[in-house]
Amino acid sequence: MANATDTKPTEPNRRDFLMLATGAVGVVGLGAVVVPLVSQLAPDAQTVAAGAPIDLDLAPVAEGQAIKLFWRGKLIFVRHRTQKEIDEARAVNVASLPDPQPDQARVKAGHEQFLVVYGNCTHLGCVPLGNSPGDPKGDYDGWFCPCHGSHYDSSGRIRKGPAPTNLPVPPYTFSADTKIRIG
Amino acid sequence: MSGHSTYVPKSGFERWLDARLPIVRLAHDAGVSYPVPRNLNYFWTFGGILMLMLVSQIVTGIILAMHYTPHSTMAFKSVEHIMRDVNYGWLLRYLHSNGASMFFVAVYIHMFRGLYYGSYKAPREVLWILGVVILLLMMATAFMGYVLPWGQMSFWGATVITNLFSALPIVGETIVTFLWGGFSVDNPTLNRFFSLHYLLPFMIFGVVILHVWALHHVGQNNPTGVEVKNVAKDTVPFTPYATVKDLFAMVCFIGLFSYFVFYLPNFLGHADNYIPANPAVTPAHIVPEWYFLPFYAILRAIPDKLGGVIAMGGAIVVLAFLPWIDSSKVRSMSYRPIARQLFWAFVVVCIALGWLGAMPAEGGYVIASQIFTALYFGYFVALFVVGLFERPKALPTSIADSIFASIQGGSGARMAVATAAEPNAKG
Repeated sequence: MANATDTKPTEPNRRDFLMLATGAVGVVGLGAVVVPLVSQLAPDAQTVAAGAPIDLDLAPVAEGQAIKLFWRGKLIFVRHRTQKEIDEARAVNVASLPDPQPDQARVKAGHEQFLVVYGNCTHLGCVPLGNSPGDPKGDYDGWFCPCHGSHYDSSGRIRKGPAPTNLPVPPYTFSADTKIRIG
Repeated sequence: MSGHSTYVPKSGFERWLDARLPIVRLAHDAGVSYPVPRNLNYFWTFGGILMLMLVSQIVTGIILAMHYTPHSTMAFKSVEHIMRDVNYGWLLRYLHSNGASMFFVAVYIHMFRGLYYGSYKAPREVLWILGVVILLLMMATAFMGYVLPWGQMSFWGATVITNLFSALPIVGETIVTFLWGGFSVDNPTLNRFFSLHYLLPFMIFGVVILHVWALHHVGQNNPTGVEVKNVAKDTVPFTPYATVKDLFAMVCFIGLFSYFVFYLPNFLGHADNYIPANPAVTPAHIVPEWYFLPFYAILRAIPDKLGGVIAMGGAIVVLAFLPWIDSSKVRSMSYRPIARQLFWAFVVVCIALGWLGAMPAEGGYVIASQIFTALYFGYFVALFVVGLFERPKALPTSIADSIFASIQGGSGARMAVATAAEPNAKG
């Protein structure tokens, strides 16, 4: 090894190989350490398990009324729409909407009167007003978000304001005529 | 500027220690013999005031953490427990919550001082950027601290601010879920915010050490913006001159701080935060703490979600690029007739944005926010353009000259440079 310092290496030698191999193993090891450090931030098993489907009877929700409930910790609106609200939602030219989606795609066929959507504004997550009788419903008979002024229509679609998308529809099915299962 | 160390160990023990760990020498060089420009005005005392506030926040915060419970079902009650049951708990909490506001009062004055006197220009770019990093860390710390009482404003503030990240394309939603540790702001969010709120002040402390190190390496700027040419003539030793002046300013600042703590402890907060967090109802009028209002106004001014987030982030990040945006070689606005007017216009714009941020997001307020957002960014463009053609006033040949000329009956303008605490008094 004494002459290793005074001879000039002309090609990749054993020392270069060892340097690269050590570096590579170090990077892989570092990556392996980062995985658990980041992964622990994700929703834990308890939170995920709390996302089991829930059943809901819509019979007590009268026409024109809306209720709030939580599923997976997220707020959900269920609205029993009036015929006027349904007609308004369907009369609009879909192509003219900021997030084009026909009302038919946002409710279940045969249950047009029930609208089920997530209850947090798609802008920054505030709860839009419009469920209680005295609430402002925005310019389109739906919801109005007081935080930054987004207007949603009676189909939960964004019509005016900074929110980029419609209120999303959670996964749900009708298990009976007035019973739904969310999840 | 630090120059040669003038520390002379006095006792045998000091000599023994100095040869092994020259910590007394370090303290002496940094806090006693360190040369300070002799024309500094009271705007230069805010660095010391900020140090005081950081220590005050850390001390009161560590004590509050001994009585606080970071759990979504207990946090609100534990804060009320601190207020009602813990000896002097009310005082410690009010010191901590108002201390955050006072910290921002001091940091904003400190920053405007830097903007007016061109303290960001070469060779102080790194010093200035470290300051911007400290500001960002302060904002993160203050935001997470505000979440901890788990009142309505805490909860909805956390929801709105974490949702900012959902504006990022593709990865946005994943990032938000990882921030929350769930599908909405909930107990895991509160837990991790508490952990980070405890960590970040120590990171601030670390960056402050770098900030002070950089300061002591390049030396302080001064109201003329003229570099120190002759240490003997242009400077005075830090102790007693700066030490006593800083202490006096700190006492005055503590007076203001105490007025809020003892007479208006909830003036800067929101009544809604005394309502426990309710994920089903957003307060009718949700606003952040006052020190975030200008940036909040910028966020709301842009009618596009991602655009608003970028503009808000850009409003802070642009500060880091100031050393290269400002095209003038003259540091102090005292000698820049056009840029000085721009500066005061910028101060008005920042205050106007702060006011607009507290107003509801509708009608004329939105339009006004858009105009003032354009003016905010316009300042940086104007600063670049003005520097290209502006004809500055004649600079004094040295710091000492600027003072002694006025003592010997020099011009009124120079007199003001040497004595006034108010930069606008020079106008």
